[in-house]
Amino acid sequence: MSFDINEYYSRLNGGDVLMAFKGSISSELISNVLEVVESRLDEYDESSKIRKKVYNVLVESLQNLYHHIEVLPKAMQKEYDDKFGILVVSRQDDKYKISTGNFITQDKVDVLRNKIDKINSMSREELKDMYKFILNHQRLSEKGGGGLGLVDIARKTGNQLDYTFERYDDQYYFFNLDVYIEIAM
Amino acid sequence: MEALSIEGTAKTPTVKFDGHEGVIEIKGRSIPENSIEFYKPLVEWLEEYSGAPLDLTQVNVQLEYFNTSSSKCILDVFKKLEAIHKGKSEVIINWHYEEDDEDMLEAGEDYESIIRVPFKMIEIVE
Repeated sequence: MSFDINEYYSRLNGGDVLMAFKGSISSELISNVLEVVESRLDEYDESSKIRKKVYNVLVESLQNLYHHIEVLPKAMQKEYDDKFGILVVSRQDDKYKISTGNFITQDKVDVLRNKIDKINSMSREELKDMYKFILNHQRLSEKGGGGLGLVDIARKTGNQLDYTFERYDDQYYFFNLDVYIEIAM
Repeated sequence: MEALSIEGTAKTPTVKFDGHEGVIEIKGRSIPENSIEFYKPLVEWLEEYSGAPLDLTQVNVQLEYFNTSSSKCILDVFKKLEAIHKGKSEVIINWHYEEDDEDMLEAGEDYESIIRVPFKMIEIVE
């Protein structure tokens, strides 16, 4: 059975949802989402340490989407704008969950999978070294992406990056990334 | 030389570079999608300042948040300061972080290990 975007979206909307969005990921959208989530975090009276972690990870997650989103599969173009992505921020008992989703072309799946697997296999110290190496040796892309987002997320959360690639058609896969921030850190 | 002054926004920091006082400040949030554009005038200002810097340049960095796009541009700013420090002038980077913000402290330590300029880690206690 092929990947169903609506079924996927409703499956993500569990727990206490602070923000759920599907649509075009623009700079303005990112600003709005950050503002809303920041005020929701205040309502939960979360410690400043956790608030900052959630905010930081959210910034990187959204900007990863912003920098890497590709052209939509043809069949989706009628319904959705370009720069289509999905974001759900929810709070479960002892953790925050930030889920992002976007379509990627089939040829990029392996590179991304390998990158995440490598990050997931690294210790805290190794992640720190990798971060510093990329910081010091790789230039920013024209769009401003630095290849540091996922490493930074892994460092700040101390958790594995959970991901799936679901096949949409011959050309496209849907990439879902779940990031967890534990509240009692 | 003329001071550089930029007002902060929700995604970009307040910047005050004063060549007469030898004080350089970056404060607030630095989370633009593309930071190159924002940091370009800062690097250019330092390029000019490095021609005739004061004996002591104090740098105050007090960021609440910064994204990974900014992290590379901040490194570019620090590399300019490193070049000034290599000459006869002294440079000190005061890296401020809020109490309990271990991530921000660690970010400062990352820079300290890359850049050959003395860092002072300053905890802001509320």
